[in-house]
Amino acid sequence: MTVKTVRNLRRISQVLFFLIFFWLILKTNFEVDFAGGGGGASGDEILLPYPVSIALQFDPLTALGTLLSSGTIYKGLLWSLVILIPCIFLGRFFCGWICPMGTLNHWISEIPSERLKRKGAGKIESNRYKKYQRIKYYILFFFLGAALLGSLQIGLLDPLALLARSIGTVVLPTAHTAADGFLGWVKSFGVSQLVVPFQFVYDLLAPIFLTFRQAHFHTILTIGIFFIVILFLNRVFSRFWCRGICPLGALLGLFSRFAIFGLEKDESKCNKCQLCVLHCQGADNPDIGSKWHQAECHLCLNCQAACPTLALKFKFFPNQKVTRSNPTSTPKINVTRREVAASVIGGLAVVPLFRSGDAYDVNSNPKLIRPPGSQPENDFLAMCIRCGQCMRVCPNNALHPTFLESGLEGMWSPILIARIGYCEPSCTLCGQVCPTNAIVELTVKEKIGNEKIAPNRIGTAFIDRGRCLPWAMGRPCIVCEEWCPTSPKAIYLEEVTVVNRKGEKVTVKQPYVDPEICTGCGACEYACPVVNKAAIYITSVGESRSDKNQIVLERNRAQINK
Amino acid sequence: MQRRDFLKKSGKAIALAAITGGVGFAFHNREKSTGGGLYRFDRSFEVAADSSLPKITLAKSEVYENGLNRALDAIGGIKRFVKPGERVVIKPNVGWDRKPEQAADTNPVLVGEMVRLCLAVGAAEVIVTDVPCNDARRTFLRSGIKEAVEKNGGTVILPADDDYINVDLGGKLLTSWPVLKYFIETDRFINMPIVKQHSLSSCTIAMKNLYGIIGGRRNQLHQKIDQSIVDLAAFVKPTLTVIDCTRVLMRNGPQGGSLADVNIENSVICATDQVAADARASLFLNLNPEQVGHIVLAEKSGLGTIDYLSAGYKEIS
Repeated sequence: MTVKTVRNLRRISQVLFFLIFFWLILKTNFEVDFAGGGGGASGDEILLPYPVSIALQFDPLTALGTLLSSGTIYKGLLWSLVILIPCIFLGRFFCGWICPMGTLNHWISEIPSERLKRKGAGKIESNRYKKYQRIKYYILFFFLGAALLGSLQIGLLDPLALLARSIGTVVLPTAHTAADGFLGWVKSFGVSQLVVPFQFVYDLLAPIFLTFRQAHFHTILTIGIFFIVILFLNRVFSRFWCRGICPLGALLGLFSRFAIFGLEKDESKCNKCQLCVLHCQGADNPDIGSKWHQAECHLCLNCQAACPTLALKFKFFPNQKVTRSNPTSTPKINVTRREVAASVIGGLAVVPLFRSGDAYDVNSNPKLIRPPGSQPENDFLAMCIRCGQCMRVCPNNALHPTFLESGLEGMWSPILIARIGYCEPSCTLCGQVCPTNAIVELTVKEKIGNEKIAPNRIGTAFIDRGRCLPWAMGRPCIVCEEWCPTSPKAIYLEEVTVVNRKGEKVTVKQPYVDPEICTGCGACEYACPVVNKAAIYITSVGESRSDKNQIVLERNRAQINK
Repeated sequence: MQRRDFLKKSGKAIALAAITGGVGFAFHNREKSTGGGLYRFDRSFEVAADSSLPKITLAKSEVYENGLNRALDAIGGIKRFVKPGERVVIKPNVGWDRKPEQAADTNPVLVGEMVRLCLAVGAAEVIVTDVPCNDARRTFLRSGIKEAVEKNGGTVILPADDDYINVDLGGKLLTSWPVLKYFIETDRFINMPIVKQHSLSSCTIAMKNLYGIIGGRRNQLHQKIDQSIVDLAAFVKPTLTVIDCTRVLMRNGPQGGSLADVNIENSVICATDQVAADARASLFLNLNPEQVGHIVLAEKSGLGTIDYLSAGYKEIS
């Protein structure tokens, strides 16, 4: 097998893994097969047909981060060893062959740009090892330091979590809006012959790419801008993200320091054409005359394939001879011990900085309503990688990325915004897809509760009597009571006769909330006919996951169903 | 400057100025915008009255299909209501993510049987749809209606955002509302509600079930619930009303949740008079129909008779 064949295999592998990753995100969706069969109406549970979060469980950074912050490696995260252990022997093959974020950066780097036009010197210079490539190690150690104190920040920059979040909450919903908008625009001309082909394409693609209902996510702009900036930086340097920022790449680089597979350079054959550098993905200096960096190499094999004189060769146990051209086949990563220590200390220090403010225990945001089954807040922050899978899968569009509702520390972690969607009592999908156990997987029985076990509560409803139709305006309305899903209902009504402005007696039913029964699902807030700011709303008080955030005196930790 | 240059340059500038001005004037509009068009609907789904037949029939059976068939035969049989080649829409109550035994949604056995009957007499297509409160995917799945309908050859349609048409409902209160198009683009309309307690309208049976044909902020209709229900009932005038009284939700309506809220009645009502149908069915909830606001208002508005016995009532035991 020639090196060019192997390079083509690498290309196929990149496309394949990217498509698998993308497909899994598309399938992170509550789908009912309406072509017949399937479903499972008879049982209580509605389960997803695929393990849609499996890709995220192969992530060694998530495994290490959650191990440091929560002390365990949850369920499928052990799969990450399938990536990490081969990396110890081979180097960062994951970055060049598998990582969907790396692949995306690879492709976008190839889009013609100012940088690519200056062939030769300019591009070769941009592909040489640069000091900025050390930043990823600082980021990695900073995040690991924070994880040691129980604050899991790796999800912000972990490439798999980042890509899942960006595609799930930004790219696909935006595509949905764009597709609907475009079709509406075509239809607006009122020429049916014009609409037919577009409608045909839409009907063909919509079941694959679009959700049943258009999703609208909170703070989509911050996630979107972050993602676009990362992609745009590829125009400045090829794969800027992979080379300079990615903490997973840094981790794999670290683990590849004892790799037995590497680049062997034959000085005698080199004609100094530098084609190897021109095509290098990792900026690891494959050319003769400079030091090769194993920890930066993505094993894309472009250099070997480009070399016209066969001076470069990837092999097991490459020649260890110490020459200026290839001082050692397995050099250490290019950061000093002091820099590592400083980064870890920075990470350690940022946690008390986060928490010395008006954090959860001191002044929790009443709107910080976590998904059902969520861990207590401190554990939640030690586990959530902000992959957005729960938000993507929620059939009611109830879960959203936070911006600052849980402080900077919890940015882009999930909250429930009942005005957009409420929590369906019989739905347990968010717990099913959570790859890290930040949201515990509940059964329907555990979520709804029965005579013996308490239901899982996410908050409590409150009535704004100044906005409520029967309370403030003498107009009939019982919609919140109608929607309340508990039995008996947490919302009850008192019939009263009030006198309106015209002096007429009007009988209305005024709603009350029973905090002992309310689970905080938010159906009332969602359904309230007072359109913009609902007259009934939920806050997090009463949530099962907290022993302090309670109003009902009798409700102690023992009642809480875990 | 050359004369040629002068002419060229000023010519271009004048042309651009003319286009700019032209576009401005072409799109100039002094009128206030009137918004989109409104669909007017003036067809009837009803079949001709037949004085030899009762207007409302009730049959009891533990086998729900039997009850339906006997009640239906007594009112003229399915052939009276559905002709070969016609398009039929069935509107069950599939409002909530509940299981059949919880009696919040119409029983799937009855809906499936109705689909089968329509197709057996040659209906071209039988569509079953609803605008539910909870997520449509969940309600149609868990209620068992999707499975029952598809097993019997019908089509389940989950409403999508662009499936609505703004219609002039022509009511006293309700004028322009988005109506799910499948309830309009049809030859026959069969209303298939279930009997449930409701805190504002006392009961949600046949006429209240018609809330489910419209989209929009229908929660606001509760402010004048009786008039809203009557406006919708006057707008639709279904071909046939089939009421599921097999399991009746006595409390915690319209969602229920606990089996303790459910009474077993094993009855099915078929009716061509929706007011009489609601009046009779409300007795299962221990209500006096003369005191149920929307039923009384419906009679006053000429939609039917509360006194179901005088309307022509037949009970098949």
